[in-house]
Amino acid sequence: MSFKSAVITFPGSNCDRDALCYLNDLTKGEVHNIWHEETSLPKVDLVILPGGFSFGDYLRSGAMASKSKIIHEIVKHANDNRYLLGICNGFQILTEIGLLEGALIRNKKLKFLGKNCFIKKKFKNNFNLSIKDNQILQIPVAHNEGNFYCDTETLNLLKNNEQIAFEYCKGEFSNTEENINGSIEAIAGITNKKKNVLGMMPHPERAYSDFHQSQDGRLIIESLIS
Amino acid sequence: MRIKILVRLKGQILEPQGKVIEQSLNSLGFTEFSNIRQGKLIELDLPDNISKEEKVQKIDSACKKLLVNDIIEEYEVLG
Repeated sequence: MSFKSAVITFPGSNCDRDALCYLNDLTKGEVHNIWHEETSLPKVDLVILPGGFSFGDYLRSGAMASKSKIIHEIVKHANDNRYLLGICNGFQILTEIGLLEGALIRNKKLKFLGKNCFIKKKFKNNFNLSIKDNQILQIPVAHNEGNFYCDTETLNLLKNNEQIAFEYCKGEFSNTEENINGSIEAIAGITNKKKNVLGMMPHPERAYSDFHQSQDGRLIIESLIS
Repeated sequence: MRIKILVRLKGQILEPQGKVIEQSLNSLGFTEFSNIRQGKLIELDLPDNISKEEKVQKIDSACKKLLVNDIIEEYEVLG
């Protein structure tokens, strides 16, 4: 059965086109692009909330998008145990909706980070099945508010339920920082309790093609399809 | 009536902008200034004939639903 997916576009999304290409090239299945004002969502296996600056990041990153008309359908999609992936601004939107714990605040050093970063998987889930333990992935980040924060009680919950999907790490042959943005426990991505919803700051859709510096982003889609 | 809502990051959360502002003020000679934190002020109009209870209830509801993320922020209605 072919893998069906969709990408939601909000005003100010700027990685929606990349996400569509990423899904088109890697899933070889049906891919839909859905405008945020739509009130229905086709039955698909995976929805991506893409990166960008939805609604200009007004108020808080992701705050306005989390109140869009399509969100009701997104929540239904997630409650239906289907896959939902929020990348960068998509991760911020997922925390604002409340589908994921915590919040993403300003990077510790106040700098917009647009560069390659290195991550590895922490706990196993369906999004990282094809990634080996301790395998270091090179995937770009591009964010101003990627500093993951939650209180100690929530952090313990995330650990006990094995909801931490990815953490930042040092690159194998580089002197890169271990924790680029000041996130608690260097968290780069978390899932919900049922592990069908993943939010991550790095952009796997910018690391899959031959013309990208790295192709490690493929592993996320390969994990879901396998 | 004009309503002013002060939104700020909770005390335990690092507020890096305040730190940078503090460094700049200190370098300008304002060395007595410390523990600077930056927040945001939201101003809005509500009809004058609204009851006090309804005012409180509407503002609280708007803050919880959109204006404030209570994981990281707290708010105070001024005046």
